[in-house]
Amino acid sequence: MNQRKLTFHIFRYNPEAANEKPRTQTYVVNEEMGMTLFIALNKIREEQDPTLKFDFVCRAGICGSCGMLINGTPTLACKTLTKQLPDTITLMPLPVFKLLGDLSVDTGTWFRNVSLQTESWIHTDKVFDPDAPEERMSNEKALQIYEAERCIECGCCIGGCATANIKPNFIGAAGVNRVARFMIDPRDERDEQQYFDIVGSEDGIFGCIGLMACDDNCPIGIPLQGQLAYVRRKMAMAGWKR
Amino acid sequence: MSRYDLFSSDIVIVGAGLAGERAAVEAASQGLNVILLSLVPPRRSHSSAAQGGMQASLGNSAMGKGDSPDIHFADTVKGSDWGCDQDVARLFAETAPIAVRQMAHWGIPWNRVVPGTRMYDGKEIHEDPEKEGLITARNFGGTAKWRTCYTADGSGHTLLYTMDSVVIKLGITVHDRTEALSLIHDGERCYGVVARCLRTGALRVYTAKSTVIATGGYGRLYGASTNAVINEGSGMFVALETGRVPLGNMEAVQFHPTGIVPSWILITEGARGDGGYLLDKNGHRFMPDYEPNKKELASRDVVSRRIIQHIRKGYGVDSPYGPHVWLDIRHLGAQHINTNLREIANISRNFAGIDPVRDLIPVRPTQHYSMGGIRTNIDGMAYGMEGLFALGEAACWDMHGFNRLGGNSLAETIVAGMIIGKKISGYTREAPLNVSSSLIEEHVRMQEDRIQSLIHCRNGKENVYELRREMEQTLSENVGIFRTEEALQKAVAKLHELHQRSHYVGLRSGGQRANPELASALRITGMIKLAYCIAAGALARKESRGSHFREDYPKRDDENWLTRTLAYWPVGADQPELKYEPVKITELPPGDRGYGEASMDAVGAKR
Ligand SMILES: Cc1cc2nc3c(=O)[nH]c(=O)nc-3n(C[C@H](O)[C@H](O)[C@H](O)COP(=O)(O)OP(=O)(O)OC[C@H]3O[C@@H](n4cnc5c(N)ncnc54)[C@H](O)[C@@H]3O)c2cc1C
Ligand code: SF4
Ligand code: SF4
Ligand code: FES
Repeated sequence: MNQRKLTFHIFRYNPEAANEKPRTQTYVVNEEMGMTLFIALNKIREEQDPTLKFDFVCRAGICGSCGMLINGTPTLACKTLTKQLPDTITLMPLPVFKLLGDLSVDTGTWFRNVSLQTESWIHTDKVFDPDAPEERMSNEKALQIYEAERCIECGCCIGGCATANIKPNFIGAAGVNRVARFMIDPRDERDEQQYFDIVGSEDGIFGCIGLMACDDNCPIGIPLQGQLAYVRRKMAMAGWKR
Repeated sequence: MSRYDLFSSDIVIVGAGLAGERAAVEAASQGLNVILLSLVPPRRSHSSAAQGGMQASLGNSAMGKGDSPDIHFADTVKGSDWGCDQDVARLFAETAPIAVRQMAHWGIPWNRVVPGTRMYDGKEIHEDPEKEGLITARNFGGTAKWRTCYTADGSGHTLLYTMDSVVIKLGITVHDRTEALSLIHDGERCYGVVARCLRTGALRVYTAKSTVIATGGYGRLYGASTNAVINEGSGMFVALETGRVPLGNMEAVQFHPTGIVPSWILITEGARGDGGYLLDKNGHRFMPDYEPNKKELASRDVVSRRIIQHIRKGYGVDSPYGPHVWLDIRHLGAQHINTNLREIANISRNFAGIDPVRDLIPVRPTQHYSMGGIRTNIDGMAYGMEGLFALGEAACWDMHGFNRLGGNSLAETIVAGMIIGKKISGYTREAPLNVSSSLIEEHVRMQEDRIQSLIHCRNGKENVYELRREMEQTLSENVGIFRTEEALQKAVAKLHELHQRSHYVGLRSGGQRANPELASALRITGMIKLAYCIAAGALARKESRGSHFREDYPKRDDENWLTRTLAYWPVGADQPELKYEPVKITELPPGDRGYGEASMDAVGAKR
């Protein structure tokens, strides 16, 4: 393999430091076989600049920690191979989320708020009986719920969403998908009108302008277009019945 | 202005993975005030990475018919190579079915029984129509029945998201991006933790009647690990550093044969199950040389041992990430690879940049799970310290002994959360909280001093990342799958040196605010201590049991070693102190595990 030199232009800013201004810093790294941005960024931190901040946890594309703008596209850094990129790479933090420093943003707080806003837990009056066998469910239904529950809350769909960038309380495609997950779950006893109170607004499904950047950006391929359409249809009906 | 923020609660739980969250839910539903701490947002904890599933003897699926807690108990004890605590294994096996059903009640979309007939491994399986819609199970290694409940390939993900939804619903306080640095204690009792905010770098104090450690495993001590990068064992070493609390069986480290190079993400056994080969640097298929009968499909520990043995003989493929072997599935064809082995194909493409339809997959045995941890009694209370509890992978409760069965650790986190969560609640209700402010002050000052020394390079300029790499290398090379007196002695000597050098770390970055180099520097001594306990325990244990395999002592020795290692680190000491306690056998006396014999015979024959 012919070794390339990769030039990284990385956004630097520490909001905790009062007199510091946002800037771009440049680093040069020798490309290695099978190099991902996880490897490259750790090399930069350990060998060139120990102050650089970024977030990785699983480094396997499943925990959702490492969403960032890679040459302008919101995606997961850990599963991005440098060999898929040109030799000049620009890294910026995801917009919308609160910046914690450099490439690190606070997706955790954002998603917890969406969970609270949409009451993303099973609502039921039934009490668990440890001695009884479980309630039955069709395997098909179980898999359908899992399809929606696969979201890893990486925020890539939010970072690339025009509405989310201008409306602070918009729950975005991930939020709508989360609601859809509970809507189809037979264990959740909320009715349409209750869901309407949660997502039947401009902060919910009616804030979406349908350009589908979210669908293109989801790194694990959740069919966001379909989920948005499903919830929109249900909520339009529910709104009409009011 | 105070130098630090102070938080008080009934219970502080360090760690918001499955174990910590389940315990928090238990305590909060009993009306206690709980704060959960986590390095990362709870849903990013390593628990979410588990794909396979969670064991519970529901016996709904055709291949699980007739399963019971008795059989689950026996499998667990055999799996542990008789190293586990049988009282705990019994309690665990009895409770697991309730835990799985409760998770269903809270929203897990477990896969369900589908009636009808299908083929598996050349056999017809008929699912009972009466069981339609009940929770089903899949096959896992070392179990007599199919017992592992699962959600497609996202069991850990759905479990953690559902558990966290209950945490959110109950309004439990979570402080994420917060790292516990030390326990506040007076040598007898624990009163909470000193922590550092990873957003601002500020110190914080959490006082509580009960302190709980649920910080998961220490995979990252090995560098090459299937674990998340945050699994650095910090909960274990803050307990160890009290000087009072021992770690149990730290030498029991589980390896998986096929982590992909260089990211060490797991490539499942399915690849070999479907006919994949292992090749060396000459393209030679070497497994039949060692294991003529089972070849690539010998048990996990055996295959791992053979790969390392072959690499040691010089047949590994060199790479910037160390020597490895190849996994070849090309002969299975594009059709098969892109459908039946889709996961493997995706991982290969995403992380190694290769297409297994055309290319070889670089693999090497990789650290996977830590059986050892903070030694607790059956109620989850740590040995040696009042008011301190531990559970999950961070604990040695001890139901895994020297080898954990796949699917038993997700189950452990939730079962232990239920059982120990209740015990913690009971304890907390009775416990007083009168921590003296001078004790808090003393413990905060200790951390402030450490931080200032690091920032101002007061003790020296050792580079934390270099120490870390040397530690990782020492463990990987000398305390791996095969262990010998000589290598272990080398490791102990090296770790002794690294421990000394770790006192002279100085930062290059100034360490201001939420500086990541400072975070690493604050952990390095503790991590080296854990590594030292692993190496020293392995050196002392002159037998082979479960995952601990001594080439120079290839047989299990129940006469002398039916014991649990307890590693202590007295305050100020420069090495751990090993003690032992007998393993209590209640129901199932030591016998034949029924698998894993091949390599023992082979080693015996060779000598
Ligand atoms: C790739 C992989 C696949 C697996 N698959 C399976 C499987 O199929 N079935 C199975 O049974 N098991 C499986 N396991 C094992 C299982 O996933 C883990 O053992 C289990 O999830 C551990 O849960 P835990 O709650 O103990 O810890 P974790 O989920 O690791 O959580 C630890 C928590 O502690 C926090 N923390 C750590 N240190 C600190 C600190 N100093 N201060 C504050 N917070 C801290 C972290 O932020 C995190 O919230 C797998 C493991 C791996 C690596
Ligand atoms: S389709 Fe809706 S949710 Fe998706 S990016 Fe556009 S506005 Fe955002
Ligand atoms: S829907 Fe997709 S892109 Fe959006 S947060 Fe979830 S996983 Fe990320
Ligand atoms: S680090 Fe987990 S998705 Fe990238």
